[in-house]
Amino acid sequence: MPRETFDRHLRELQDDVLVMGSMVEKAIGRSMEALKKRDLELAQQVIADDIKINQKRFEIENQCIELIIGQQPMASDLRIIVAVLNIIIDLERIGDHAEGNAKIAVMIGDEPPLKPLIDLPRMADKTRDMLRRSLDAFVNHDAEDAATICGEDDEVDQLYDQVFRELLTFMAEDPRTITRATRLIWVAHNLERSADRVTNICERVIFLVTGKMQEVGVSKY
Amino acid sequence: MDAKIETRKLSFFYGRNQVLKSISMKIRPDQITAFIGPSGCGKSTFLRVLNRMNDVIPTARLEGEVLLDGANIYGPNVDVVEVRKKVGMVFQQPNPFPKTIFENVAFGPRVLGMAGKVSLDEVVERSLRSAALWDEVKDQLNKSGLALSGGQQQRLCIARALATEPEALLMDEPCSALDPQSTLKIEELMQQLKQKYTIVIVTHNMQQAARVSDWTGFLLLGELVEYGRTGEVFSRPQDKRTEDYITGRFG
Repeated sequence: MPRETFDRHLRELQDDVLVMGSMVEKAIGRSMEALKKRDLELAQQVIADDIKINQKRFEIENQCIELIIGQQPMASDLRIIVAVLNIIIDLERIGDHAEGNAKIAVMIGDEPPLKPLIDLPRMADKTRDMLRRSLDAFVNHDAEDAATICGEDDEVDQLYDQVFRELLTFMAEDPRTITRATRLIWVAHNLERSADRVTNICERVIFLVTGKMQEVGVSKY
Repeated sequence: MDAKIETRKLSFFYGRNQVLKSISMKIRPDQITAFIGPSGCGKSTFLRVLNRMNDVIPTARLEGEVLLDGANIYGPNVDVVEVRKKVGMVFQQPNPFPKTIFENVAFGPRVLGMAGKVSLDEVVERSLRSAALWDEVKDQLNKSGLALSGGQQQRLCIARALATEPEALLMDEPCSALDPQSTLKIEELMQQLKQKYTIVIVTHNMQQAARVSDWTGFLLLGELVEYGRTGEVFSRPQDKRTEDYITGRFG
């Protein structure tokens, strides 16, 4: 006896999480693009679009509430909805981190660049890649993939270390760089936190599939 | 773990038809244990086995043991009346006797000759209070039990069951004939009663099982497929068949 209506709603719910995920992924990419190319207009766009991400989160949360009320979900159905309720919080926060980086791009404005950005875009790319795959794991209910992605957070942490050390060197050698270097450390920190949030999403995927609540790998930061 | 009731390799047959298949499980004291499962899964039969209600069915046959406080209730020299005094029962349809409210509750203690130690008045009041009905009927104890509303009648039946001072209470779909308000009253009452009594409930309303019980067993075709903490069974069932049933994708 299939529950066609409920199943359709559950699929739509998961699709909406993907939509929200791609909005967030785009925000990470564009805020880094704005930093790299000093594109203030693009930065302003990312800041404006964050409102849409927040709205999407409330929209999905409402869908979850309605499904709980209307369908009284149990077992794996319930776990999907609980996972979604948690994942959208992480997505929304990753969106905030991207918005934060766009604000830093605005702050930096047309100051002379400290150095070409290399490791920061790498961190952004890795984070986006982890995010995209974590959401694939979510819709495919793939706990193994989710666990693998969690492990990759170390790469982002290492890049963060690298960026931090490098910027510290700049500041030590020439105190006039302190303001600019500090802003870039904020950017790195935002990306590092975003990757940590992706591991939270992965943990929720594992919960969805196995019913087990566990922290998979502890981030250095 | 202390078991109030325990079944050991319990099988039950109606003629050649096996309706319970070697069920071994323990029911905890002072907790609510719910049994869920589709129609015909054997859950009502299982419940009735626990106080020998199936004895009267001529073709019925039982294998295995049912222990109450460690003693087999199907053993030789067991007094069935004594078993049913210890293990009370409430049914799907409220079924008060066509007597006054007072007489409904006093019936058991009177028949069992319990009066004397305490007066019947006291037993009736205590039982009606325990069943959360006293305040509603205390001024009309001489009114017919049948004049009460459905929800009140069911609480009267619970009071009647409590009057013989049982240790366990079996409830077979106790709310299926009641409106939501009366259902909530019974469910609240169960939470109070479980502090003194071991309660076993059979329900095809899964939400009710999830709301009221501490432990849940899922029966399918006479087999106890899964048995565990209610929160666990409904959030992360171990067996695919349980998952299919509780998510409504069964069959």
